[in-house]
Amino acid sequence: MIEIENVRKSFGSLEVLKGINLTVQKGEVLTIIGGSGSGKSTLLTCINGLETIDAGRIVVDGTDVHAKATDLNKLRRKLGIVFQQFNAFPHLTVLENVMLAPRKVLGQSKAEAEAMAVKQLTHVGLGDKLKVYPNRMSGGQQQRMAIARALAMSPAYMLFDEVTSALDPQLVGEVLDTLRMLASEGMTMICVTHEMKFAREVSDRVAFFHKGVMAEIAPPETLFGAPKDPELQNFLAATH
Amino acid sequence: MFNYTFHWNQALKALPQLLDGALVTLQIALLSMVIGLAVAMALTLFRLSGNRILSGFTTAWVEIARNTPALFQIYMAHFGLGSFGIHLSPYTALLVGIAFNNAGYLAENFRGALKAIPETQARAGRSLGMTPLMAFRYIVMPQMLRIAFLPATNQAVWAILMTSLGVTVGMNTDLAGVTQALNAVSFRTFEFFALAAVIYYLIAKAVTLAARLAATRMFRY
Repeated sequence: MIEIENVRKSFGSLEVLKGINLTVQKGEVLTIIGGSGSGKSTLLTCINGLETIDAGRIVVDGTDVHAKATDLNKLRRKLGIVFQQFNAFPHLTVLENVMLAPRKVLGQSKAEAEAMAVKQLTHVGLGDKLKVYPNRMSGGQQQRMAIARALAMSPAYMLFDEVTSALDPQLVGEVLDTLRMLASEGMTMICVTHEMKFAREVSDRVAFFHKGVMAEIAPPETLFGAPKDPELQNFLAATH
Repeated sequence: MFNYTFHWNQALKALPQLLDGALVTLQIALLSMVIGLAVAMALTLFRLSGNRILSGFTTAWVEIARNTPALFQIYMAHFGLGSFGIHLSPYTALLVGIAFNNAGYLAENFRGALKAIPETQARAGRSLGMTPLMAFRYIVMPQMLRIAFLPATNQAVWAILMTSLGVTVGMNTDLAGVTQALNAVSFRTFEFFALAAVIYYLIAKAVTLAARLAATRMFRY
């Protein structure tokens, strides 16, 4: 369970998160929508401790992410994250990209890590690209590799930060299909996205962020069907 | 007017001695590169450590190595340290001086290379549970070395040429030292130095070509 309690975060004089309260249950798929600068991506990077917070707390399975005593490197094994930029490691083959962290962080044997990597890469449809370097692949393939790389750590939660925003339109579908597959397998996911159709289909709940505030949170049929917040109504009108 | 008569015999006869000297030159250059690379890596880690004293040490080293004559650096290693009772042989002093120079330039190469690697690379590593050092070692450093590789071969060539400064601290076994000694007894200055220059040229070219070949083998992406 991820518990977010009254989290505040500023960059200089700009407050990007103004007291967020949110709980994500195991097995839940939560999508976060909202305009740029609404704080939705910042929240994700706060959850896995890549960013500090100024007030409140974030607790993952009982561990306070920003407590001094917390071993972040250990905690991050639980929290897979995939970014907008694919961040493929260009000097490693696809297989090596996926094997690196299990080998070095979890101390898995080569055979063990390779078996897991092949399994995850096959799962995301890249079973035939094992020996290829990332620069030989499309953006969609690189992003799917990044997803496999995160999954190879056997995380309990997956965080997706606008993973289709840097893709050519014709490549968005293959990445969304991968996310749909994970959702249907019961993975706990928080997806920051601009893909409304996707959010409507896969989410258990959808949260709308506006100017650092979570303005509305509801199951998709309610949030899209009968939005209450006026800013959400504007946002939906503009994106439809 | 131009009425010099070339006499290549003595110089050509001395070729085996010159080639022995060339081996010493190559040895010093290679050793100085190995030491220089290791020190440059340490200087780079100092700079990345976030510790002010350590990164200040790196800055001072790089500034001195790049903005003072290599000749003075070698002098300092021989005569300068000698003033404090640390007596290095000409061979060691030359090696230390060149390694000092190499480390400064290579650390600067590394710095430039690091700038070309997006910060998101290390961030991706951290988000997979890696420590900062792991992310550097397995993700950033390999890319840094690749980018810095060809500029580093320039430094290797420069290291070969810098060895000739050893004659100023009494070095007499390397190519320049041997040439100097033979010239002193034969006075065939042009012939000896021309031949030595050809040998320097060939060594430098061989190193450049070997590096290019190695690069295509090592970096397949």
